[in-house]
Amino acid sequence: MKLEVKDLTKIYKGTNGEVTAIDSVNLSVEESEFVMIVGPSGCGKTTLINMIGGLDKATSGKVILDGKEVEGPGPDRGMVFQGYSLFPWLTVKKNVEFGLKMRKVPKEERSKKADEYIKLVGLEGFENALPKQLSGGMKQRVAIARTLANEPQMLLMDEPFGALDAQTRVVMQELLSKISRETKTTILFITHDIDEAVLLGDRIYVMSRRPGTIRDVLSVDLPKERSHECFVLPQFVETKKKIMDMLWQESQDAALDR
Amino acid sequence: MFSSEIITMLLEGIRDTVYMTVASTFFGYVIGLPMGICLTVTGKDGLKPNAAVYRVLDVISNIVRSIPFLILLILLIPFTRFVVGKSYGSTATIVPLIICAAPYIARLVESSLNEVDKGVVEAAKSMGANNFQIVMHVLLVEGRTSIITGATIAMGTILGYSAMAGTVGGGGLGDIAVRYGYYRWQTDIMIITVILIILLFQLFQNVGMKIASKLDKR
Repeated sequence: MKLEVKDLTKIYKGTNGEVTAIDSVNLSVEESEFVMIVGPSGCGKTTLINMIGGLDKATSGKVILDGKEVEGPGPDRGMVFQGYSLFPWLTVKKNVEFGLKMRKVPKEERSKKADEYIKLVGLEGFENALPKQLSGGMKQRVAIARTLANEPQMLLMDEPFGALDAQTRVVMQELLSKISRETKTTILFITHDIDEAVLLGDRIYVMSRRPGTIRDVLSVDLPKERSHECFVLPQFVETKKKIMDMLWQESQDAALDR
Repeated sequence: MFSSEIITMLLEGIRDTVYMTVASTFFGYVIGLPMGICLTVTGKDGLKPNAAVYRVLDVISNIVRSIPFLILLILLIPFTRFVVGKSYGSTATIVPLIICAAPYIARLVESSLNEVDKGVVEAAKSMGANNFQIVMHVLLVEGRTSIITGATIAMGTILGYSAMAGTVGGGGLGDIAVRYGYYRWQTDIMIITVILIILLFQLFQNVGMKIASKLDKR
């Protein structure tokens, strides 16, 4: 699925007047591409992805998927959130089946698909566990399986690994990279973690401080197969430095704004 | 200690009170649950915000809740007579009890549903669930513990109101307490009825809380 975002702007009306969360954002994601958006906290990243997901309405501008303008949420875009948002009253398997059930997929097919995606994220044996019995990493695996089971044409991920410890995060990043290669799903991934952006992305959009705009876009020159070993490659360090310099400049400017 | 007639009367009082409380709570939810769902859905941060619908429900619920129950009971006498054919006794008391309880229950349901984690609702939306599916499969399921807790509170309040109806011949334990304790100065009977009401209250409370904690998966 090809995504185009054109001049997207979001203005919130607060009690102290208007706040521009994001300002004329333009970006695109090609079929099967893994695109990262990295930016300082509070730059409107979540607002942006929620509008692409159809959970929030833009003040002006357009989100276009395969030539059609987005008007609301839909199963063609699967979202994964930082807070997992699992259904606490459902078992792992029932969580993964949820979207299929909502679309009235027959029970046997649902069960087969759920098993397939539970296996893909490495959670066999936990089908009947409740979310509260799982660790953070496992919960996020369930959330990813749940979203993938819907077979979306595009994954929208909002800092999915932000709440995980450093080791678990790398494990999950490698898992996601493997999934993206195997399923060829188009992915748009938001993070404030520069290492994560460089490790996973084919391309990286760097956002400015609020009001968020696209400051720059970089291509990542790393082997297709990404793993923790990439962290020490010279191309990795070089790209990382470029982004760090940009974000450092943003934080300097932000400090002067105050 | 008491004659068999008095014991029979007390047992009938318990029966009538349980009947009034359970029936009023049940029918209160028949009206209050959909009303509460409507309030949540049409509210400002609801699934389908609709200021006009919300405002109408809001005003109705506030008006009814602001009338003292005893006055409502008297105001509704013609309506009660129209519905059940008479204006005294336990069945007649159920009518004003339902009308009084429904908006109160709607508010309890609304606050239970508003407590449901917004992230879970967004997740369901992003998986393509429609509003009806979100109400049935997410809000009511995730909110059930809180709804049952609310029902327990509602039942306790309705039990208290049913006893109040005793002052105007409403039947049940409250009626006995008023007739024997207040008009005839038989303090012993009044104390017994009060103890029975307290015990019933405890019983409802315990059963409700047990069910709620059983259903809690968080």
